[in-house]
Amino acid sequence: MPPKGARASSSAAAKSRSSASTTASTSTQSPLSTLYNSYIENTPRRLKVIDAFLVFLMLSGIIQFIYCALITNFPFNSFIAGFASTVGQFVLAASLRIQANPENGKTFPKVSPERAFGDFLFGSVILHFFVFNFLG
Amino acid sequence: MSAGTSSKGAAGQGTRTAYRLPTLSAESNNNVLSLLRLIIIFLIAGAAVSSRLFAVVRHESIIHEFDPWFNFRATKVLTTDGFYRFWNWFDATAWYPLGRAAGGTAYPGLMVTSGAIYKLFHSLNIPVDIRNICVLLAPAFSGLTAWATYMFTAAMKDDAAGLLAAAFIGIAPGYISRSVAGSYDNEAIAIFLLMMTFYLWIKALKDGSALWGVATALFYFYMVAAWGGYVFITNMIPLHVLVLILMGRFSSRLYVSYSSFYALGTLASMQVPFVGFQPVRTSEHMAALGVFGLLQLVAFVELVRSHVPSKQFKLLLVGFVVLVATLAFGALVALTYAGYVAPWTGRFYSLWDTGYAKKHIPIIASVSEHQPPAWPAFFFDLEMLIFLFPVGVFLLFKELRDEHVFVIIYAVMASYFAGVMVRLMLTLTPVVCVSAAIAMSTLLQTYLDPKEPTPVVEGSGGDGEDDNGAVAKSTRAAAASRKAAEVSSSTDSELSRPASPLFRASAFTSSKFGVFGLDSRFFVTIYSLLLLLVFVLHCTFVTSTAYSSPSVVLASRNADGSQHVIDDFREAYYWLRQNTASDAKVMSWWDYGYQISGMADRPTLVDNNTWNNTHIATVGKAMCSNEERSYPILRKHDVDYVLIIFGGLLGFSGDDINKYLWMIRIAQGVWPDEVREADYFTPQGQYKVDDGATRTMRESLLYKMSYYRFNDLFGGRPGMDRVRQTPGPSKSPELDHLDEAFTSENWIVRIYEVKKPDALGRDLPGVKAFEGGKRRKRAFALPAAGAGGKK
Repeated sequence: MPPKGARASSSAAAKSRSSASTTASTSTQSPLSTLYNSYIENTPRRLKVIDAFLVFLMLSGIIQFIYCALITNFPFNSFIAGFASTVGQFVLAASLRIQANPENGKTFPKVSPERAFGDFLFGSVILHFFVFNFLG
Repeated sequence: MSAGTSSKGAAGQGTRTAYRLPTLSAESNNNVLSLLRLIIIFLIAGAAVSSRLFAVVRHESIIHEFDPWFNFRATKVLTTDGFYRFWNWFDATAWYPLGRAAGGTAYPGLMVTSGAIYKLFHSLNIPVDIRNICVLLAPAFSGLTAWATYMFTAAMKDDAAGLLAAAFIGIAPGYISRSVAGSYDNEAIAIFLLMMTFYLWIKALKDGSALWGVATALFYFYMVAAWGGYVFITNMIPLHVLVLILMGRFSSRLYVSYSSFYALGTLASMQVPFVGFQPVRTSEHMAALGVFGLLQLVAFVELVRSHVPSKQFKLLLVGFVVLVATLAFGALVALTYAGYVAPWTGRFYSLWDTGYAKKHIPIIASVSEHQPPAWPAFFFDLEMLIFLFPVGVFLLFKELRDEHVFVIIYAVMASYFAGVMVRLMLTLTPVVCVSAAIAMSTLLQTYLDPKEPTPVVEGSGGDGEDDNGAVAKSTRAAAASRKAAEVSSSTDSELSRPASPLFRASAFTSSKFGVFGLDSRFFVTIYSLLLLLVFVLHCTFVTSTAYSSPSVVLASRNADGSQHVIDDFREAYYWLRQNTASDAKVMSWWDYGYQISGMADRPTLVDNNTWNNTHIATVGKAMCSNEERSYPILRKHDVDYVLIIFGGLLGFSGDDINKYLWMIRIAQGVWPDEVREADYFTPQGQYKVDDGATRTMRESLLYKMSYYRFNDLFGGRPGMDRVRQTPGPSKSPELDHLDEAFTSENWIVRIYEVKKPDALGRDLPGVKAFEGGKRRKRAFALPAAGAGGKK
């Protein structure tokens, strides 16, 4: 899964930048710090909670992927189920973050943040039903 | 249509109208419209169901064709043995020495659907036979398809177009051909699921709602469980997303809808045992994965961009996205070459390289519905829709919303695929109906619009250049006014449309161009209605004559118009069922495998599920070799009976002699040095069955079985083969290793029993010669010299 891995690594790097690290090279110092400052200042607290959850999911997915790549993929359906649960949950949480973001209010005229949370719950329940069915 | 005509605001403020409109309050207007919609939908569903019942009314309620017999048998297993037995069903009677794990190698959606309906009816104390549910499932689902198409088209344009599209797909022969009553095939429910998935996808995209994305995934799951054509959806939706991204139309709605659809839909599709790990392992599914990854990247970049408004940074990020996407694509190609990702399967690959199947996989090319269609097929199946279709696509281009892009891509892709393969006319039909309905409803709405343009006396200068702009403006204004009239009925279609106050303000009140008077309106409307009427007549005619014949019984008309039914197939199958041992193995060409196991209930060697090419080639080799070589094959496979179809007496063209070349080709693909196609042609390259046939042909098993005792019917003279239009062999062939066991009334089905080896150890030709009282030629030869008993 090259695209997913690429996406995960890139956004992981960005997320770690945004959360803690400051060891960036000098040439890209200013955009990154702008990004970091802007993120810290402009992001509401709730979205930061979701972001923390996203980072956790991403780390979990990466660990599973590394385990599968390095050690074994033997019960392949279990790997798929576990990995798909992190990916699916990531995507659903990211959707929730996008929909609940007050800046995106005009993009989603039909989806209020509460409705977005309801959608998130519904999607997660369905997702985990399939995950448990597939674990084997 | 009604929605367009009774535009509420138009009658009031000073605009002149061509005819008086009924004055209704807004509320009662809405009520009337929704009542009309309901009635129209029900009538369409009624028409869709009743136009599919020709075969049931004329003949009887019976399963048609070949594939549905397996589905029917599997459904019976499901209803009698329960779901879990069905899920793990190992069919030991198919593919005789091998067996088939049917539960894991079939799409279970169809059987589970009819099983659920069966359970529902029985829980309501309506004891319907499972056969009737299976026969009538396709008509019932065609009604649902009409409804789903209505919803889909209403999301594209408006309710008026939706109703037209529903009416079109309700009776379009391109869809009826695969969904008449008795055609219990996967396509029966698949087209409904296709349209429903597409509708939900469009809805998810418009709202940007994860809920509808999940609903799309669930219907996608149902579709995966129902039909192998789900790959079409798997590639259509990512293609739509990709095109939207490339058009610069990425939005958060796109991210939410596609990501929730893909993440759940892919995991859900892997629950179907027949699909298994294909969604992560095969090339057909890689487009969806790639677009998923790309979408994550783009969304992340958009997020960063919202935080950093620097221009260089944007450039940097765009470059980053392009780089990563290229790298990912390269990695995918590398993985495919390295073998981690399976390349395209032959069935799909033959859609791109159209000569591939014929060269490498003759079994795919041998199926008649895998051939490219000729032009008349399009007109035959879609009549006037086929020339309204491009108009509709053009109109969608003019007002290019996100969901219109979907229909345009769908139109292009489905047109290509339908041009390559007759069978895929089925996936073309819905989009043709949708765009034809959009074209037709635009036409009708333009000419039924009661608003009269005000003729203004113009000054001279600059008329020509003003013309074009004004025409475009006024047509768009007409569209805008129509939309304005329907905001109440379909508000969600307002969502992503760019607001156009300009047109409304200027062109609404003083339009110089438009339709003047009643006469032009009248002519165009009558003409359109005439077209629609002819369409209905054509559809009914085609359905009645071409698509409503059960292939199990052959109907013909006598000179006085009375019907003559030829029922040889069931005659023979029931003979097998009642007069043979219950474990007697029947060998036939694979076309009849499902019917034999469904109707005769006997084990078969090969059937229509062509999963083992070598086994089919074995049967082909046994059919096209001479008796001495095919008898060991028959014995090794425990064959008790050999069943062939012979249409020479009656003129039934789909018989085994006409399929013979495919048997030879398939056998040749596996044993090139034992079977050679050229041996069956005369030196002039002719495929002959009369006395001019080659020696290999005359000695082949199938030839002998087909013409065995054929001349007896003609009093010993060479019989006339009415399919090949030549005389048969002048001397009837003799069979040494087989006995004729049964021949049906019109000689269509002939069943031969394989002789057991001689108890005294003699070879069978020798036994026959001995019993026939023939003297051995070399009476003085030593026995060890061999059994040259033949002649």
